[in-house]
Amino acid sequence: MTAALASENLASADAAIHLGNVSKVFGKEGADGSYRAVDRLNLDVARGQMLAILGKTGCGKSTIFNMIAGLTEPTSGTVRVSGKNPFSDFDAFRGKMAIVFQSDRLLPWRTAIQNVQLGLEMLDAPPADRKDTARQWLIKLGLGGHEDDFPHALSGGMRQRVSIARAFATNADILLCDEPFSALDESTAGKLRAEFVRLVKENGKTAVFITHSISEALEIGDRIVVLKRPAMIAYDVSFNTDTSAEERTLIRGRIGEVLAA
Amino acid sequence: MTDTTHRSASPSVADVMLSAIKNVGTSVFPFVVVILLWQFASLFFPRFLFPSLIDVFWRCLDIFSSGAMFGDVMATVLRILAGLTGAFIVGGLLGLVMARSKMIDNFLSPMLTLFQGIPALSWVVFAIIWFHGVEFRIFFIMVMTTLPAFTFQVIGALRGMSKDLTEMVFSFRPTRMKLFRVMIAPAILPDILTAWKVNLGNAARVVVVAELVGATGGVGYQLLQQQQLFDMAGALAWTLQLVFFVLLVQGALTLIETTAFRYRAVSERAL
Ligand SMILES: Nc1ncnc2c1ncn2[C@@H]1O[C@H](COP(=O)(O)OP(=O)(O)OP(=O)(O)O)[C@@H](O)[C@H]1O
Ligand SMILES: [Mg+2]
Repeated sequence: MTAALASENLASADAAIHLGNVSKVFGKEGADGSYRAVDRLNLDVARGQMLAILGKTGCGKSTIFNMIAGLTEPTSGTVRVSGKNPFSDFDAFRGKMAIVFQSDRLLPWRTAIQNVQLGLEMLDAPPADRKDTARQWLIKLGLGGHEDDFPHALSGGMRQRVSIARAFATNADILLCDEPFSALDESTAGKLRAEFVRLVKENGKTAVFITHSISEALEIGDRIVVLKRPAMIAYDVSFNTDTSAEERTLIRGRIGEVLAA
Repeated sequence: MTDTTHRSASPSVADVMLSAIKNVGTSVFPFVVVILLWQFASLFFPRFLFPSLIDVFWRCLDIFSSGAMFGDVMATVLRILAGLTGAFIVGGLLGLVMARSKMIDNFLSPMLTLFQGIPALSWVVFAIIWFHGVEFRIFFIMVMTTLPAFTFQVIGALRGMSKDLTEMVFSFRPTRMKLFRVMIAPAILPDILTAWKVNLGNAARVVVVAELVGATGGVGYQLLQQQQLFDMAGALAWTLQLVFFVLLVQGALTLIETTAFRYRAVSERAL
């Protein structure tokens, strides 16, 4: 197997994202009804890497995602994004991190183009510029002509594309995506997935992509991490465009085994 | 309707006129029923119980055309608006801090609930004992009687804000100002408008009670005069002034709602 295994030698200092011995307990630790969603997780994501996190439902993927995004604080351990703590240095990440959520999360009172402009407003971009940028992204995602539609007048797939445009418009270096295509039909999802990979590669971004689909993980990642409940790494594999079809089949089989175990 | 290039042509002028007439018709109809019932009663009862609405109409015209009397109406209107604005500002701020801090909420909530149980008339008595200026007394009564409702409505609106959307906005790292402008204000605006509609009615009823004490002008004062003269037509005419005002402001608020909340998806099936 030529696919290089986990890059443990990666120095955490140059890692774009570093999780060191991270645990997350919901509820009071040790108390009744408390739940350890993440258990002493170690994970480093290199700059420019596209990491797909794979795991069964409820294994703690979104919890990890929220900790990297700085929306939840780990119970113990360290989370660093570009060397900073995303939870306590919250404002330091303005414009540095873009997130595509599982659901589109568009502001219903804003039109498509106004939704896309949201991140640029936080960055105090001049109104004319941000409108231009937003329009370009909408056109890139095939939504030209729908700039002034409110979300309720768009289909689910169109809304999800608006939310992808919103994430890309800030041109952040780190992209976090929580099952962004799971609500879409397979052919639309496939198209968007290809588009997404292209956008990330073209712009040299670091991306963490959460999914529970093996095919999606293989299509998107240069590296796949399989999580078992409570979020611990059960399998970690990296590959690239040189990885042959047979090797990919092997990896797929191995992931299937790990998930089923 | 999802495709911008195929929007249907704008309706013709005749259609617009017709639907406007229909709208006016449906909104006027209930009033016509009440008027007819009253007029019917006036045929059978003595004038001082059910005066003819024609008399009432002339009295209303008198009020509109006399500067002094119209001044009374305006004074009351200003008192309502001042009281509501004061209660809204204080209630909004209280709501914000209570939604932010559980401790402050635990402390203030019972107090506001207690206030809600105090009748308007009690506030009138307290105001007379505690304060001197008539206008300040009225302002105090208006604020105290509408404050709890405003505060609870603001807290409810803040708590009801979508956590998902708020976190989405947070993920862009907004400043506090921007968070308010981009997320909080538009999210709670519909509830704020509803709160204003509800409190407007309450305030219009409380203001006359507040004016009964010491005010030398205003609708409440005039109502007291009519009572002493046993003049039912006058009492009705003055009451109607407040009703007109409430209807006018409600209309304005509804207009704001229909234009500002166009973004809302409406189910074609009625509730
Ligand atoms: N706020 C919370 N309070 C208590 N428990 C929680 C909370 N959030 C998540 N959990 C628990 O943590 C576990 C992991 O949840 P998480 O949302 O991270 O799963 P997931 O891997 O994203 O699943 P899915 O693929 O279905 O989205 C779940 O078992 C859930 O019960
Ligand atoms: Mg999840």
